[in-house]
Order: sequence, then structure tokens, then C-alpha cells
Amino acid sequence: MSYTNDGGAHKALIEEVLKAYPDKSRKRRQKHLGVAAVDGESPEANADEALGHTECDVKSNIKSLPGVMTVRGCAYAGSKGVVWGPVKDMVHISHGPVGCGQYSWSQRRNYYIGTTGVDTFVTMQFTTDFQEKDIVFGGDKKLEKVIDEINELFPLAKGITIQSECPIGLIGDDIEAVAKKKNKESGKTIVPVRCEGFRGVSQSLGHHIANDSIRDWVFDKRPVEFESTPYDVNVIGDYNIGGDAWASRILLEEMGLRVVGNWSGDATLTEIERAPKGKLNLIHCYRSMNYICRHMEEKYGMPWLEYNFFGPSQIAAGLRKIAERFDDKIKEGAERVIAKYQPLVDAVIARFRPRLEGKSVMLYVGGLRPRHVVTAYEDLGMVIAGTGYEFGHNDDYQRTGHYVKEGTLIYDDVTAYELDKFIEAIRPNLVGSGIKEKYPVQKLGIPFRQMHSWDYSGPYHGYDGFAIFARDMDMAINNPVWGLFKPPWKRGEVGAAE
Amino acid sequence: MPQSAENVLDHAPLFRQPEYVEMLAKKGREENMPPREKTKEVADWTKSWEYREKNFARDSLSVNPAKACQPLGAVFVAAGFDKTLSFVHGSQGCVAYYRSHLSRHFKEPSSIVSSSMTEDAAVFGGLNNMIDGLQNAYSLYKPNMIAVSTTCMAEVIGDDLHAFITTSKQKGSVPEAFDVPFAHTPAFVGSHTTGYDNMLKGILDHFWSKAERTPSDSINLIPGFDGFAVGNNRELKRMLDVMGVKYTLLSDVSDQFDTPSDGEFRMFSGGTTIEATKDALNAKATLSLQEYCTPKTLGAIAERGQETANFHYPMGVAGTDELLMKISELTGKAIPAELELERGRLIDALADSQAWLHGKTYAIYGDPDFVYGMARFILETGGEPRHCLATNGNAAWEQQMQALFASSEHGNLCKAWGGRDLWHMRSLLATEKVDLLIGNSYGKYLERDVGTPLIRLAFPIFDRHHHHRFPTWGYQGGLRVLVTLLDKIFDKIDVDTIIPAVTDYSYDITR
Repeated sequence: MSYTNDGGAHKALIEEVLKAYPDKSRKRRQKHLGVAAVDGESPEANADEALGHTECDVKSNIKSLPGVMTVRGCAYAGSKGVVWGPVKDMVHISHGPVGCGQYSWSQRRNYYIGTTGVDTFVTMQFTTDFQEKDIVFGGDKKLEKVIDEINELFPLAKGITIQSECPIGLIGDDIEAVAKKKNKESGKTIVPVRCEGFRGVSQSLGHHIANDSIRDWVFDKRPVEFESTPYDVNVIGDYNIGGDAWASRILLEEMGLRVVGNWSGDATLTEIERAPKGKLNLIHCYRSMNYICRHMEEKYGMPWLEYNFFGPSQIAAGLRKIAERFDDKIKEGAERVIAKYQPLVDAVIARFRPRLEGKSVMLYVGGLRPRHVVTAYEDLGMVIAGTGYEFGHNDDYQRTGHYVKEGTLIYDDVTAYELDKFIEAIRPNLVGSGIKEKYPVQKLGIPFRQMHSWDYSGPYHGYDGFAIFARDMDMAINNPVWGLFKPPWKRGEVGAAE
Repeated sequence: MPQSAENVLDHAPLFRQPEYVEMLAKKGREENMPPREKTKEVADWTKSWEYREKNFARDSLSVNPAKACQPLGAVFVAAGFDKTLSFVHGSQGCVAYYRSHLSRHFKEPSSIVSSSMTEDAAVFGGLNNMIDGLQNAYSLYKPNMIAVSTTCMAEVIGDDLHAFITTSKQKGSVPEAFDVPFAHTPAFVGSHTTGYDNMLKGILDHFWSKAERTPSDSINLIPGFDGFAVGNNRELKRMLDVMGVKYTLLSDVSDQFDTPSDGEFRMFSGGTTIEATKDALNAKATLSLQEYCTPKTLGAIAERGQETANFHYPMGVAGTDELLMKISELTGKAIPAELELERGRLIDALADSQAWLHGKTYAIYGDPDFVYGMARFILETGGEPRHCLATNGNAAWEQQMQALFASSEHGNLCKAWGGRDLWHMRSLLATEKVDLLIGNSYGKYLERDVGTPLIRLAFPIFDRHHHHRFPTWGYQGGLRVLVTLLDKIFDKIDVDTIIPAVTDYSYDITR
């Protein structure tokens, strides 16, 4: 789709919004806000002709300012909440005080099949529930006892991860020693994760630390029984939110591939362990799992490939790109799958595009979505006015340039104040962000969808998910409630919206 | 093709389509999960008496606890003051969690800032974060008051809020006269109810410490941490207005967590004003509607010469009677006919429905005062609150509960479990079955595992909408609780009798 945004107006808006900050903070925030510009020079810019070529040059992955209401979370959220939490046949201990595990309990909708509390444990909250004495005298003894109690009460758990909360790193506990000792005693995989919330500047370091803990405490630790085929792939960075990974897997298997591991939605420890035996890593959420892909490439010579399963144009491109790595059988399979689903795609677009054509969207999410969903909206005729990442790095913004059009407002680690002002000024037809943003936006009379949890819907991945995505965006925008905000007796006022 | 454009299937039906069933079965064979028979065997074992004994023998592991940490209570109570912004000193991820948690329950915005401390602050302390953070928060959000609490990170490294705030003011972060009350709220002590107590005491100390008390005839009421605060605080105020009493609610979140949709986003709405908070020192008495949310606060208030009294979540007949009588006694205002009429209507409803309630057995969990108030009401209906559990309940609470049970012939088989979690509750429900479970959204996992129908009356409620907008306190609230219990009982009977030609002889039209 070809369109541009009014970059000049967006630049002026940034200047206006920044005025509210004290000098020092204004200077720092300024670097995180920008407008996508035409980029003729970067060699990467023309790498994919199908996509846009703009430059999104904002500062990222540095500390949030205190007191501004950042939306960001912490390293624990990145490890327990994102990477490790969905691994279903392991118990993940929230190690420290009760809160972290409590607030993140069952909140990411990582769907899985299993008997919870017996052979799977994703939607449970296991915690060492630190008390003052554990802070004063250290928590290693308690952790040992907790691991023993887990092994006794949950005998089918395949392993345990120790997800460190803030105090652990501050009081000098040696969770690695505990993990080694308990591994020796029980023979079970025990993974200490140093994802204390104060580490790094956002969830992002937690992803990295969690990836490293897989490298250091899971790979090559136990014998892996595995019969390989030439078509074995791992799906990396799909957390099966609302069933996303299932809606993706069905396509990969239909084209003839064999998915031997899905990281980490609906995953078992075995899937993690055998991953290096696969032929290719397919990575969806680059931000949270590129580290382990790079490691597998270095150590096991296993290549990896980024793909995007949001919206039919990217799905088709992705299936073909993946098939390129395999033989004709798989290439034919990809074409067969694309052709099979084309009638569904056509019908979805025929039904929903006329209702969504030209509607503008502002996004503010994490991981891969601030860029990956752009084309899914465009498949429905919608346009992106602004986008940004909670915890993106420079390489995310580079990749974003391949997706967004000139003049798009770009905001990194946006504060509640900035986002509110941007949305009020631009008044897009839809905002896609998180639970903390949902209600403030809706109060303004602007439709909203949570784009972390799919607003309790989903899947949004794959062709089956695209139908749900299109239906959900239509529901959000075209619901009658938005017309009821103003009482009839006030509709005659000057400037009143109809 | 499982999906279609005309009839878009959501996740639940989508993944039951044959293509997905087959795919998931294939995946299942490759996952290296335990054989189905093994899972079944262990699942059955987890519901045995043997397992229950092992489960109750654990002393370190906590599984599915029903409590949160101190700062959640701190930000909740601060939200009940006019244009007050909570500032939580420590790691920023915690604040993202409190905001999400409150928004998911109330379906409302929750605005809180963090001082965003990271590794360098862990080494050098978070003073600079406080200085910059207060200035940013004050400049951007223009609150009337900033209430500072702490995450466990700041507590472990020992940051001194009083000194930090004083220094920040000296550095010009906020004007010298700007109100910045504070409280240390370590997550490793107590629970969210403790944080409520500490922050409220911090706010009162801030305004009262240098003030002289001139006794008046007004009274203060402290609602406590309550997921139903929107409905309950309004009902409480209505009853007080009907009585013609002069009062101040110390922390009233009912407007903050219930703003309208009219095109404007109100970051702040309603709440106790600074003036009212200052005046509250002069009140004749302060009543805490939840004893376990206010032990320190009430102690401090008593030291300032006020009369104090504790209640336990005033639900049901006697719970409401007791509160109204105390208010009447303190203020000299008679309980008006209007409220007496409401009382009569609640009793009338109870009498009409007593046959369906008498002898029903319950498990109840939640905060200590909620569990007490709920159990008390259940006893009034002729029901038996067999398993009463509060993860943040202590030995004193257990004793109070046992005394309550002893006061009724329906309490003989009832027991209170302080300090236990929902995995303990699972064992209780599996080994000693009850008819109904009362708790929060997390109780649905118990309903799934042991089949006990869940009634959602405690915080947090994420998977049902808007219940908190209606009161559960007072006689009117009692009516609502009664209807909620009855609906669940009748729905259950209908489900159990709906099979044609098998059970539908009892599928009665009149009950």
C-alpha cells in the first residue's frame, strides 16, 4: 500500500508535547521521538522491495526516566513472563517476595495442552514468598526446601527454573550452587535465572538472560533421543498467545515441514533440549529470542530465518521465504498452502476491508509487533500513523524502516503523558497497545485493541488468525458505543462531534 | 478448512476443528509428556487424603497464594485521595504490574509512576532517581499530592524516603510546601493489606503530625482494600447520608476507579481532599471497616485521642447492624426508618429463600476481613462455611474465626486456615467436599479441578465484568450477595437436571 503521513505535523507535535518536561528530561526524551524519513542510502533499505524504505532513527534500549510513567516492565517479566513461563512441563519458581508472581499469574494467555498441576504448570504461581528473615539470613536454604517440596508434590514436573526477583541479586544468594546441588540429587533439570527486575532497562535484558540460561543449563546436559528428517524446523519466539503458534504450525506442517520444537508456547523441556538437532530455526519474535538463534548458529551451525505470520501478504511471503531453504517438495507445499487459503483470504478481505478502508492506526507494543502487524493492517486497507516499541533496540528500529511509510510518528519507550497527547492530537481510528493504555484511550472515545494479549481473543497468527484479527478490528472500530459518548442534548454545541 | 470469513471461529471452537485436533494429537506424541494413564494416576493421587497430608506438611513452598505484596495496597489507598499520584520508589517493572493488576480488575485506567531504579541505583542508592522522578512526575501530571511507597529493591538496599524527599525538595524537584507523604512498604513483610495500612498511616502522619486536634462531632471511616470499593464506598456514603452523619472517608477510590466515558480521560477523579484529610484529625472517632487493613493506622489515630473501632467487611445482617449501631452511638443520630426498612427487606428475602440456603456448605477464601464478613453472612443464611482460608490471615484471625463459628450451630464443622494457599484449598475441596466456593477469579482453577461451583466476590475478578460496580456491603449489598448465591445454586440445579428423560423430572419451573 502506498501512502505517507504528514511528517511535518508530526514533528511539530513532538516539539509541542516535549514542552511539558523539565529541561534535562526534555533533552533526553527528544532523542526517543521522531518521524520516519525517506532513506535512500542505507544498503539495507532496499533489501526487500515489497516493503517500505524509511529510516526510523530514534534512541532506544536505554534507561527510562524516573517519574514519567514508562510502560516498561522488568527483566523478570522478560524471563518468567515471556521466555520461560510458557514451558509447560516445568515448574517456574518466582523466587523472592510474592508480588511478581502474583501479578503475572495467568496473564499472558500462553495456551497449552496438559493437566495443570499434574503434568503441566503454566497457569500456576509457585513462589518462595520471601519474608524478612529470608532477606536478612539469605534465601538459599528456603530455595532448597522449596525444590524438595516441588519434587515431592509435583512428581511429573520435568524440571524447575528459578526466576530471580530483585532481592536475590542484592542479598548475595548463590542460586547457581543450589541448582547444581539439587540437580545432582534429583537428576532433574534445574535452571537458575538471574533475571532480577533491576537488571537492564526493560523486559529486554530478561529475554537475553533467559536465552543464555537455556544455553548454559539446558543444551547438551542430557542425552537427546531424536530421529531427524531433512524437514525439521524449530519455531522460535512464538508464545502461543491465544493459540498463535498452533495457527502457525498447521501451515508449516501442511507445507511438509516437521516442527520439532516450539519456543516457548506449549513447549516441553524435551522440545527445548532437542532444538539444536533441527535443520533451521524460524524466528518470529526476533527481539526476545535472537540470542539463542545466534548461539545455535555459532555452536551447531544451524541457520535461522526471520518471518512474519501476521496478515496474508506477509504469510505468503514468509512461506515462500522458508520454502526457499528446502527442496522442491517443500516449495510446492508452500504454493499449495498459499493457494488453499487464498479463498479464505479473499473472503475475509471482501467482508472486512470495505468497513476498515482508510482507517488509521497507532501502535505501541513490545517485541516484534510494532512492525510485524503493520502489513496485516494494510492488508485490510488501514494505514499506520504511528508506532513504537516498549523495549526495542536499534536493530528493531532498522527493521521497522522496512515496514512504515514516510512521515510515520515513531516513539520509543513512550511515556503515558506523550502517548496520551499524541493520540489526542492525531485522533487515529484505532489504537493497539496494552492493558495500561486501553482504558485511558477508550475514555477519549477512540477504539482500542490490546495487542499483547489480543484483548483475550486470538490467534492472530496464520491465515486462520487473520480472519479473527480482521473481525476484531472491525468490532473495535465499528461498535455503536463510540457514537453514544455525547448526550443528545449536548450534540448541538459548537464543535460537538456528531 | 477450519476457518471461514462468514462465521469467524474464536480460539475455543477453532482448535476443536478436526484439522487442529489431529495436529495437536500429533504434537502430543512428540512432546515426551507422561503417558495419559500416569497423569491420571497422579491426578487422582493429588486429590487423596495422603496427598493432603503431604501438602499441608510443606513449610517453604507457596503455590497459588491468595495475597499480593505491600505496594499494591499502598497505591490502592493513595488512589483514594484527591488528585494524588502514587510514586513507587524502586524497580519499574513492579509499577507496570500494579497498574495492570488494578486495570484488569476495575476495567479502568490506573496511573502510577516509578523511580525506575536500575543496577547503578542498586549500588549507589536511588537518591537521583527520587530527585529527577519527583520533578518529572510533578511537571507532567500536576497532581495535588505525590504519595511515595517502595518496592522491595529499594527496601533491600535501605533507601531512606524521608531523607530523599527532603533532599529532593531542597533541590527544587517539587515546591517545599507540596505534599509528599511516604511509607516504606517492603514486599517481604505482610501483604497488600499491610501496604494499605502503612501508606494510609504515612499520609495521616504527614498531615497530622504537626497539627493540633480540636475535637469535632464528625467521624472517619476507612474502607480498607476492597475490590468492590466502587459499589461499597458509595453504599456506605449513602447510608451515612441517610443517617445525617458528618463523616469523612479516609481514602475513597469509588470515583477514581469508575470514571465515565464521555470523551475525556480523567487521570484523577474524586477521592478524599487534602482539607478533609487534615480535618479528619479532629473527628470524634475513626472506624475501620477492615481491621486487618489498618492495625497501625488505627493505633496511631487512637494515640491522637480519637475513639476507634474495628469491623470485618460489613456484609449481611449482623455485620451491617453492628456498624450502624456504632455510628449511631458515636454520633447520637438514630438509625432512620429508611434503613430499617431496607433491613426488613433483606430479612424478607432471606426468609423467602431460606429453604435453598439452609445447610449448604461453603469454602471461602480472600483477605481476612472479607472471609470473616462473608462467613458471618453465610451462617445467617443457615449455611456452613466449612473451609475458611486467608493466605494473609494470622493466628489472631484464626481465633476470631473460630469464635464466630462457635457462635452458631452451623459452625460446628467449620475451620479457619490462616497462612495457607489455594493449593491447600484444593486438597481441602478434594477431600472434604462442599457445595460452593467463594473467592476470586483464580478460584476457577479449583472449580475446574474439583468441580465446586465458584462464586466471585473477592478481589481480583478478571474474568467477569462490572461486579465491583454494585455494593456487597449494607443491607442493599446483602441483597445482592444473596441473589448471587441463589443464582449459582439454581443454575447448578438446572444444569444437573437438564438431561431429557433422565434427570429433567426435577427441572422445575417454580422454586
